Amino acid sequence: MRASVGLMQGNEACARGAIVAGCRFYAGYPITPSSEIAEELARLLPQVGGKFIQMEDEIGAMGACIGASLGGVKSMTATSGPGFSLKQENLGYAIYTEVPCVVVNVMRGGPSTGLPTSPAQSDVMQARWGTHGDHPMIALAPASVREVHDCTIRAFNLAERLRTPVILLYDEVIGHMREKVELTDPSQVAIVERPKPTCPPEVYLPYKAGEDDVPPFVRFGEGYRYHVTGLAHDERGFPTQNPRVVEAHQRRLHRKVERHRDEIAAYETFMLEDAEVAVFAYGITARSARAAVRTARSEGLRAGLLRPISLWPFLDLEVGKLAQQVKAIVVAEMNLGQMIYEVERAAQGRARVAAYQKASGEPIHPEEILAALQEVR
Amino acid sequence: MRYEVRISGEGGQGVILAGIILAEAAIRDGRNVVQTQVYGPESRGGATKAEVIISDEEIDYPKAGRIDLLLALTQEACDKYSGDLKDRGAMIVDSSQVTALPPGGFTLFALPIIETAKEKLGKGVVANIVALGTIAALSSAVSREAIEKAVLARVPTGTEELNLMALAAGFELAGASSQ
Amino acid sequence: MFDYHEYFRSEMMPHMWCKGCGNGIVLKALLRAIHRLGLSKDRIAMVSGIGCSSRLTGYVDCNTLHTTHGRPLAFATGLKLARPELTVIVITGDGDGLAIGGNHLIHTARRNIDLTCLLFNNQIYGMTGGQLAPTTPEALFSTTTPYGNIEPNFDACRLVQAAGGTFVARGTVYRAIPLEKLIAEGIQHKGFSFIEVLTTCPEIHGRRNKLGTPAEMLQALAKTTLPTGVIHQASGPEYTEAYDGIIAKAQGRT
Repeated sequence: MRASVGLMQGNEACARGAIVAGCRFYAGYPITPSSEIAEELARLLPQVGGKFIQMEDEIGAMGACIGASLGGVKSMTATSGPGFSLKQENLGYAIYTEVPCVVVNVMRGGPSTGLPTSPAQSDVMQARWGTHGDHPMIALAPASVREVHDCTIRAFNLAERLRTPVILLYDEVIGHMREKVELTDPSQVAIVERPKPTCPPEVYLPYKAGEDDVPPFVRFGEGYRYHVTGLAHDERGFPTQNPRVVEAHQRRLHRKVERHRDEIAAYETFMLEDAEVAVFAYGITARSARAAVRTARSEGLRAGLLRPISLWPFLDLEVGKLAQQVKAIVVAEMNLGQMIYEVERAAQGRARVAAYQKASGEPIHPEEILAALQEVR
Repeated sequence: MRYEVRISGEGGQGVILAGIILAEAAIRDGRNVVQTQVYGPESRGGATKAEVIISDEEIDYPKAGRIDLLLALTQEACDKYSGDLKDRGAMIVDSSQVTALPPGGFTLFALPIIETAKEKLGKGVVANIVALGTIAALSSAVSREAIEKAVLARVPTGTEELNLMALAAGFELAGASSQ
Repeated sequence: MFDYHEYFRSEMMPHMWCKGCGNGIVLKALLRAIHRLGLSKDRIAMVSGIGCSSRLTGYVDCNTLHTTHGRPLAFATGLKLARPELTVIVITGDGDGLAIGGNHLIHTARRNIDLTCLLFNNQIYGMTGGQLAPTTPEALFSTTTPYGNIEPNFDACRLVQAAGGTFVARGTVYRAIPLEKLIAEGIQHKGFSFIEVLTTCPEIHGRRNKLGTPAEMLQALAKTTLPTGVIHQASGPEYTEAYDGIIAKAQGRT
């Protein structure tokens, strides 16, 4: 295969990225606006010897993904808000048992059934805190069709590298729009596989991590017979209530993600060098923010943009630095206040943090962000 | 320069496909492009639309808001989707279907698109390709060579000639009306 | 001479089941069935849900997966599709498999994927302290039916048969040797095999309903009016094999 240029839909780019990343199993349940991912993979997966299954519900789809991943196959599921709610328990299971997989949430308006065919960015906090219990989280938020493709590959790489689920969040507009994309030659794309044990089965401890806090993984059926449970477990994988063991395990899970923060962190800055006011925006909204920044500049306002591509873990350092530089940050998002609380926390009062929020089911227009920028100048 | 095209009609007229072909033609011309469309209940029967934004620069905001060229194949689509047409924009309507026009300073092209497909080409289904011909002819959105190649790349095998004729018919309609 | 310890994880003993619980009888029958079939421990995956019965997977020295409540069949479906060469055995209970996981049961049966599912029916939610199950007989008491149960209960075998399961059987912990044979047959059957095992919960369920001593509860199972043995057997395309056909088609090989 060679580099290619063409018109591609966001959800199609996700499916294609998954194939390039080595995904060979998909379990899902139909839901707008993510169904094209399932439809595309139903067609593509068997062509490369992979498998697709439409499960009886969202919960089962998440479960099947975890089962397949334990079988050693890179796995993915995709959904939207209502389905994402249903998947939460098993998502926590995958985090706790350290089973790599990718979960895509094509965000639509909510709560409840909400607006199935309209965009929103109102699941960003659910992505972080949706499943119960303490847990780390990795989430990526692409802003273009090309970036959906690349972030899908990155999500798999991070999931495999760190043995944890990775969430891909984008909205209905990005999922459904078609855009000109130039894809790199798949043979030039770096693909990561999960860390394998070097020890023989007799001494293998499935949850004993090395220095990087990631335990080596071996798939079922290779002679390394072990136990996987969602109960609190020790290094052997067996249930335990020993407070010391339980706490150490919890802390390792968090440390595993925290210490690889720089590996996970991704963002883009636009005209920030000399900016006095900045927009913090992700996904579809960041595109409008970019247009707003251009116009603001042409009108003499020194504006810039910080666009996180990785939403979780939060970019504390980058936002903290930004708050030192600019006098105000406008957080533009398609919800009534989610990431703004993180920005406020990271800014620590060093810059004014203002909100531009919209929950109408329509994307935020550049002129709306421009007005918000003019207000805080 | 950002150029916004909206193609509208009713479900089953191939409006979405026309949008995709237009977008692919723009890519062949080496330009940036974003294509969006209506989804869900709105797209099942009744009025529907596809939008194509063409630019030499990066396209930030992906939704059409100030339409340069609007094409409407039905009265309902014209009523529903002509609101964002620029004051000096162009409006192409099917002359047999669209009789009530909205007020505005746009340039109107009322062309027998559906009739041409049915009578001249003998296939009503190619009305969307005739429409594409008129769009390509009446705007600088895409080159003739690019739209021809884009049509050929998308239509079912065995219908290439018919679709090229439909495209040419669209160019002819446009040529006759702008003279 | 058959030695159960060859299959046990000794470090996990003693098990957590109550004295007099019937689950140990099923575990032993299952291990004898595996031994009888000469299956390698490395090639067996056992997948369970949540509840007393589902703790079984912790005790067996093979590839074991203790999943979330009601979902073992979904996890097992993914695992089997990923690794059709593994023998996948699903352990579930009446609450896990018929209430919270009922949807997965009917659809797994419908797909006829090659899994062997053992549903332990003890008529109660034991792990959580004795709440009503979809299998609790009418008029009996549980912590959530303090005035007696008014709900009719499920016949799990008829349910699975109606949904398309191709091997449906029922055994009891009173007849351990026939149970072992049923399990072996179920594992050998190509397609979805479902074995409902009538078991006993003297501690949580028996005591409250004055069902007698553990031994008396076992003897009562001998008199069950439900059909036992192989209830239904049919042949049909197995899911992972059928999917191989899809792969061949997608790759243009057919």
